[in-house]
Amino acid sequence: MFGLDKVDTRTFLFVVAITLLAPFILNPFPSESALAQFNAGYPDLMQRFVIFGIFAIGFNILFGLTGYLSFGHAAFLGVGSYAAVWMFKLLSFNIVPAIALSIIVAGLFSLVIGYICLRRSGIYFSILTLAFAQMSFAMAYSVLSNPSFNLTNGETGLQVYASDPQYLKGNGPDNTHLFGLEMNSTATLEIGAWAFQFNIGFYVCAAFMIAAFYIAMRIFRSPFGLMLRAIKTNQTRLNYTGLNSRPYMLAAFVISGMYAGLAGGLLAATDPLAGAERMQWTASGEVVLMTILGGAGTLLGPVLGAAFIKYFENIFSKINDTVLHTWFSFMPESIENFLVAIIYPFVGKGWHLTLGLMFMLIVIFLPGGLVDGGMRIWNRITGKNRTQADPVADPKPAE
Amino acid sequence: MGILEIKDINKRFGGLQALGDVNLSVEEGTVHAIIGPNGAGKSTLLNVLVGKLEPDTGSVTFEGRSILGLKPHQINQLGISRVFQTPEIFSTLSVFENVMIACFAKRDGAFQLNPLASISNEKDIHEKVEQMLLDVNMADKRNDIAASMSRGDKRRLEMAMCLAQDPKLLLLDEPTAGMARADTNNTIELLKEIEEKRGITMVIIEHDMHVVFSLANKITVLAQGTPIVEDVPSKIKGNPKVQEAYLGGAHE
Amino acid sequence: MDAILLQVLNGLDKGSAYALIALGLTLIFGTLGVVNFAHGALFMIGAFVAVTLQRVLNLSIETVHADKKDFLGNPLKVQTTYVETWFGESAGQLIIGWSVPLAILAVIPIMLLIGFVMERGLIRHFYKRPHADQILVTFGLAIVFQEIVKAIFGANPIQTPAPDALAGVWNLGAWLGLSLPYPAWRIVYFGFSAIVIGGVFAFLQFTTFGMVVRAGMADRETVGLLGINIDRRFTLMFGVAAAVAGLAGVMYAPINPPNYHWGMDFLVLSFVVVVVGGMGSLPGAVLAGFLLGILESFASTTWATTTIPGINQIIIYLVAIVILLARPRGLMGRKGVMEE
Repeated sequence: MFGLDKVDTRTFLFVVAITLLAPFILNPFPSESALAQFNAGYPDLMQRFVIFGIFAIGFNILFGLTGYLSFGHAAFLGVGSYAAVWMFKLLSFNIVPAIALSIIVAGLFSLVIGYICLRRSGIYFSILTLAFAQMSFAMAYSVLSNPSFNLTNGETGLQVYASDPQYLKGNGPDNTHLFGLEMNSTATLEIGAWAFQFNIGFYVCAAFMIAAFYIAMRIFRSPFGLMLRAIKTNQTRLNYTGLNSRPYMLAAFVISGMYAGLAGGLLAATDPLAGAERMQWTASGEVVLMTILGGAGTLLGPVLGAAFIKYFENIFSKINDTVLHTWFSFMPESIENFLVAIIYPFVGKGWHLTLGLMFMLIVIFLPGGLVDGGMRIWNRITGKNRTQADPVADPKPAE
Repeated sequence: MGILEIKDINKRFGGLQALGDVNLSVEEGTVHAIIGPNGAGKSTLLNVLVGKLEPDTGSVTFEGRSILGLKPHQINQLGISRVFQTPEIFSTLSVFENVMIACFAKRDGAFQLNPLASISNEKDIHEKVEQMLLDVNMADKRNDIAASMSRGDKRRLEMAMCLAQDPKLLLLDEPTAGMARADTNNTIELLKEIEEKRGITMVIIEHDMHVVFSLANKITVLAQGTPIVEDVPSKIKGNPKVQEAYLGGAHE
Repeated sequence: MDAILLQVLNGLDKGSAYALIALGLTLIFGTLGVVNFAHGALFMIGAFVAVTLQRVLNLSIETVHADKKDFLGNPLKVQTTYVETWFGESAGQLIIGWSVPLAILAVIPIMLLIGFVMERGLIRHFYKRPHADQILVTFGLAIVFQEIVKAIFGANPIQTPAPDALAGVWNLGAWLGLSLPYPAWRIVYFGFSAIVIGGVFAFLQFTTFGMVVRAGMADRETVGLLGINIDRRFTLMFGVAAAVAGLAGVMYAPINPPNYHWGMDFLVLSFVVVVVGGMGSLPGAVLAGFLLGILESFASTTWATTTIPGINQIIIYLVAIVILLARPRGLMGRKGVMEE
């Protein structure tokens, strides 16, 4: 089906089902229960799951297949956001032209940056992309924000004001919408103690993610994808087999840049602002972590990694010392205080510390990511030495 | 006029004259061996032929067309394939995928943007790969990951990849270096078979005289960057110049 | 003329910091073949050693003054630092004032220790892993370092003054007939960096150890054949590079109040410096460090920033791009380093 083989079709339908049923799956605890804080089934968070899923899927096409580690992909996401907000300011709140432009602009931007960075490989490439991203950040933050030429609105961030022209708006909604369907409208379904939320914005983003996943899947199974994996393994042989690795790399770079642009456009579509901080190295590092956490080079890994990170970011950031004290209140007070003191630095504002540690632990102990780890555990349990359904999964990146 | 014509090639590395006035003509359909003591410039010459090094002066023409200044992938697309001293293969991919890449390169050229095409729809390519694997007796290993194979099998696979491209000229850089006797003999058999069945022109750079004399129908002896003798194998053995070059240099 | 010289001077202190960090990066990369994304964090930690020492020296006890009373008539409570009680008031205050230079003494063992632990505990296990893994694990470590410092010292920059004697302004150009008033500490920083750089080069040039290191940088294959105790040399080399970064950080604290994200700020620019200088070239790293520092200072002049707003923040990247397009190996890069 869909030009995929049987196993792939199953994987694809699985992803579609999980995504569409996410409002149920992510909302397992009744609204009033103490565990409700662990629910993830609300629109804002679910949107971030799928948007960053798209970002990571795209990044994986570059890093997972070719082994080229870009540290600057957040720049393309940021550019996508700016492009989308400009469309809101100039045309209307309809997200279609905004997202189209964010993909195009990010594609062009990554073409230029990729052309320069791909003159070098290995570490050089990583450093160059990092430098470019930091430069883009600096430009968005200050250079392109001055009274005579204000493209980014600097520190405040770009947003839509009532005085903006919005030439095509007419009587259209005052919020981002898809041909009249407002992104922030949510229907709530109450079943017993549970309240499930169905949000237009989430489903729009989910549709994009499913499409993005499908395209990535086709790329993985195409001759083009095979060449990208060949680049990762042995570029010398590739060149002596009559293949020019440069355009293949550039194409992979631009495709993943366009994915990032789409993610940036969707971020703006769910919340019409764009800020420079989206382009910073921390954001680039985050998508790298999502990809390796899930499993670089695997199909499902990046989506899994993105959801994992965004979920824990959300949960961990909410925990403060009061919450911790309630958790451990059943213990003697000295032990309670001790536990709180131990855990406190890692939660709330300390989420980044946990992120950094997680980064190290994954690279050290689980270079293949969660998908690889899960597969190994599964094989251990079943006693089978089943090869992965996904032949691309290979924990060792290229030399 | 040979299929490969090398004229007046000179190459210096700083003060070292690596190649001096090399003239060489490789006739179509022959197996032409280039031998010589260590440091005679064999590898440098090979690197010039594949586009990795550019000579200071001289010309290299393949089928009447200059190939100097071309990139390795361009030279390959003209019909020159190379077998490396240590087999260069896609070690994390399966044997089947390895050969498949070569088939795609032959059919689609140096670059083709087809991210949505599906490999499983490529019936012709699949058939060709199967055929190739049968030819080199590797059909039973089609799903093995290349890195897990023995050195002899890696060499076989590399050869299969080169053959899958139907090259007009095959360059072999010490194809049996570091191999056990049995593997060496297997490789010789394979090369003989290729020559008989396909008639591909080959240039072999080799240390092992056993290999050279089993395969070559013409031999060029290189010493200090210059060809000193070019002749048929039977006449090379007794040539005093050759003996001097080998004895005078580092004898092996 | 004065203005130009002033900008050159302005560039020297930042250039010194870039050069020192880039030097360490190059040393580690050249000998161990590892790209250390946590190197900027080591610089940042160095600066916070100065902050810590200043705080430690300022620890005080509260005593009741013998005869003075406060305005309510209660006995006056005064804060006296321990150092003052131990060494007397004037000597104590002198010690507190000179805490930044004193921190140099503390930073060397601390950074060597951090370096040793890092190399033994983490980096060592990554020599045979792909570069991408090395980058990722040190990147994770950089975040961890940064967040720990943030948790302890907070997110705001911390003022760390230089000794009073060196806090003023020197008129450098007096003997040239020029008027060139310049903050003394910046001159000190430049001088200090020059000494450290000179020290590192002398160490590499004149000791057997340095010879091995240089041989290793020229040809990584051979250094492996040298065999004996190469492990220990690697560890020591990493420690030295960490100490150089720490020294650069400790002395930089008075120039700019340190904050936790210094590490990444300086790291990215130092990487650019390394790439521009030519990966694997020590003189290249130093040269490019000063060059880009001075360039940045020229781009920070009012004239430049009014012509192209924000140019000071991107000039280094722009120059790096141009240089890399023209000379992909960098200013002094050798062929074969990190290629293919």
